[in-house]
Amino acid sequence: MRSRRNRELILLALAAGGTAGAYALASLGRTASMPADLLPFFGIVLGLLLGAHLVLRRFAPHADPTILPVVALLNGLGYVFIARLANDIDNATALPGQQAVWTAIGIAAFTATMIFVPRTRILDDYRYLAGVSGIVLLLLPLLPFLGREVNSARIWVRLGPVNFQPGEFAKIALAIFIASYLAEKREILQVARLRIGPMSFPEPRHLAPVFAALGLALLVMVAEKDLGSSLLLFLVAAVTLWVATSRLSYLLTGVGLFLIGGWMASQIFGHVQDRLDIWLDPWADPDGKGFQPVEATFALANGGITGTGPGRGEPYRIPEVETDFIFAAIGEELGLIGSTAILIAFVSIVASGLRIATGARDQFPKLLAVSLSALLGIQAFIIIGGIIRIVPLTGITLPFVSYGGSSLVANWVLVALLLRISNDAALRPELAPTDDFEVVP
Amino acid sequence: MNQQIRRLGIGLLVAYFVLFVQLNRLQVFDATEYNEHPSNSRPLVADFGAPRGEIRAADGTVLARSIDVEDGPFARQREYPLGELFAEVTGHFSFDSGGTGLEAQFDSELRGEQNELDDTIRELIGGDSSTADVNLTLSVEVQEAAREALGDRNGSVVVLNAQSGAVEALWSWPSYDPNLLSSLDTDAARRERQALLSAPGDPLLPKTIREIYFPGSTFKIVTASAALEAAVASLDVPTFPSVTSYTPPLTTSELSNFNGGQCGGPMRDLIRRSCNAGFAQLAVELLGEAALIDTAERFGFNAVPPLELPGVEASVMPTDFGDELGRDVDVDVDLLRQLGDSLMPVPLTDDAPSLAQSAIGQFEVKATPLQMALVAATIANDGVVPTPHLIDTVIDSEGAVLAEGDLTPWMRAVRPDTAIDMREAMVGVVESGTGQSIAVDGLIVGAKTGTAQLGADIESTHAWVIAFAGTNPDRPSIAVAVLVEADEAVGEQTGGRVAGPVAQAVIAAWAATR
Repeated sequence: MRSRRNRELILLALAAGGTAGAYALASLGRTASMPADLLPFFGIVLGLLLGAHLVLRRFAPHADPTILPVVALLNGLGYVFIARLANDIDNATALPGQQAVWTAIGIAAFTATMIFVPRTRILDDYRYLAGVSGIVLLLLPLLPFLGREVNSARIWVRLGPVNFQPGEFAKIALAIFIASYLAEKREILQVARLRIGPMSFPEPRHLAPVFAALGLALLVMVAEKDLGSSLLLFLVAAVTLWVATSRLSYLLTGVGLFLIGGWMASQIFGHVQDRLDIWLDPWADPDGKGFQPVEATFALANGGITGTGPGRGEPYRIPEVETDFIFAAIGEELGLIGSTAILIAFVSIVASGLRIATGARDQFPKLLAVSLSALLGIQAFIIIGGIIRIVPLTGITLPFVSYGGSSLVANWVLVALLLRISNDAALRPELAPTDDFEVVP
Repeated sequence: MNQQIRRLGIGLLVAYFVLFVQLNRLQVFDATEYNEHPSNSRPLVADFGAPRGEIRAADGTVLARSIDVEDGPFARQREYPLGELFAEVTGHFSFDSGGTGLEAQFDSELRGEQNELDDTIRELIGGDSSTADVNLTLSVEVQEAAREALGDRNGSVVVLNAQSGAVEALWSWPSYDPNLLSSLDTDAARRERQALLSAPGDPLLPKTIREIYFPGSTFKIVTASAALEAAVASLDVPTFPSVTSYTPPLTTSELSNFNGGQCGGPMRDLIRRSCNAGFAQLAVELLGEAALIDTAERFGFNAVPPLELPGVEASVMPTDFGDELGRDVDVDVDLLRQLGDSLMPVPLTDDAPSLAQSAIGQFEVKATPLQMALVAATIANDGVVPTPHLIDTVIDSEGAVLAEGDLTPWMRAVRPDTAIDMREAMVGVVESGTGQSIAVDGLIVGAKTGTAQLGADIESTHAWVIAFAGTNPDRPSIAVAVLVEADEAVGEQTGGRVAGPVAQAVIAAWAATR
């Protein structure tokens, strides 16, 4: 399996080169001069990626070789855009440094995950710990002395000097719980006892966790006003259930119930209704409520096919461009080519993740790979789709690209888990991993 | 279960394909629509910060330039180093309302080729941008003298090269500081503009070229020229009766001399002393409407002077004085005796009183200060109206001349001998008439004063002077028009006393630059 890692190394070098190239271009575009720190920058990027690569060589030598380079490119491109935007938006000079530190912490968390989770199946033993901690983390911001409301969403927790979004980590914990729970219960859930019209359902008590997921998702939507996370959590749960049971009725019923819940919420809570109004017609109030999506549309249109070039557009006009709307900045300055590259990057990670799932022999790692891949793929879809008005706009991050420490670290952990499953699948259970041993799955 | 995973994969692939299709719509197929969307201020911002050429006075003094800005959405800031002094000419460059003045007139030249790629390449290879610079004929010294002399009175000063039509000064007060309207703080600029729009005296309006006023007695130069052209009178024949007023046919209301004074004599004296009664009688009884209208239009009335600024106003000479009544005007017996057989009969029209008023620059005759300067320039230039222009050259970064001042005549107004006579009469005004305040040591100066009434019951008057000056009596170099607007607080202001010193100061300042 040496060739897998060697391939990865070459791809990582390309990702580092691409990142450094974008960094240089952004500086040229803005100030018509090469960045003074280009070589140190390239060195740090290369060093960080080489670190992650060596971790894989040591702890997961048989893991998929494409995921890490694609993630590296997304993270690097995200950093370049955050650094480029920090020059043009107010009070943002600290953002690039923070994002760099968070990237290092993310890779440290990636390493720690690799070390402390030597086999995927040990996570199975912590099913209820994962479930409970997921719920606690998710609801933490609602505690009056801990939680903080930013931009009307109550998803932040302040612990001493550090602010973070526990929901980002809750997603992973809940994904572990869902996969573990479904791996055990899938056969029971596949047996339909109740028939309602053309659809059939299992006994209600087995469905309790499904309703729990639904309730949790709606609670997040209403109490934390975090529509994106709510939608994401629920879709991941519903999709994993569907994959586990092969029953489309679950997916359809779940989505149906969620839509009804969402509609009811929109009738009761102004912020949900606002989001729907903006989605349906942002042009009704282009200078007010619709300003953000309208400016994002103008940014993308301004980019055209080839983009304005890094540093040469005006993406700073879009509020929150460094976090939720960073995709619009990339679309403006790198054009349709750049925005499509981002899509391809996520499709490629999801495809690798699902391929890992099909390769996994046991139920739990298989379903965990599905839920983690879905988590990443659906999150990117929701925010990109929100920016380009395919789905209602919800404030969540674009994984690895947006500014934000919690999201970045959590997603590095997520990728570590996917690669761990990938490594396990390449091994016969009775064989210990060795570097000079070719294994046919 | 692998079957389901593949289906999930296909489902997600389809979802991402939908994103790809929508991206194509936004970034390619509908991009033009969004780029031109009225809510989209991106093109405006790019435009406002784009490279832009300089506007310079005749001596190279920079009147408008764009300087680089480090922070903020705009790459550059438009700057007017002399503030209000040339606002009337350069105009301003505003984010909200666009450009005015030369900024609007030569917008495409100043900004150069708006080719993004081209500009980028130029920047990268360190070359200049493709913007063009606008070089003017205006003199900073003369313009400053005009501002000093007019002070805080509302009014206008126009100084032209009498032969070429090149504008040397174009000043009106109240003016404004174009820097404030071109500010990158677009909110502040918007507030400033609102304040100026409602400010008294309309500071944003270039009154020298866009406001029309009764020219009053300065228009007698046109009337007298018409009489010379039509050969109904010369400077010395006939001698008009010395009276205090003239009553035109078909009315009983008298047209009085200024302050009811007694005044008469040959046309030379009518001009020198600015006799209203004599000019009214000349126009009604000897000249007739057709000749007066024709001559006025030959001087440029009822046409827009081709000056390179937006919105130049045409001066007005009425062209309809009613229907002909089928008989000729009765001519004063005294004039009849002097002229005898050479008298040309003038058909009587039913608005003869208005013709009498028009002959002295009242009724509906209205002129811009620029037009009245052109009248003086025409007399100085042997009867040819020069093309008024303030552009010397417009030169792009490669040295190509994109535009030049038009040195060809605009039109011919009167014969050279008429102009020579009129010069003599106007020199008389300065030597011993109403314009003695305009005399400048060492220069030949000719002038005509005017005191234009705004209405029968209104005390305040516009004070006018039009003048030419130079060292060569056959070829005076400059033409000047000065208007001090009526001011209720001041009441009556005569041209000689109020506008004369302004003209004198401006001519002296011009002479000092020679």
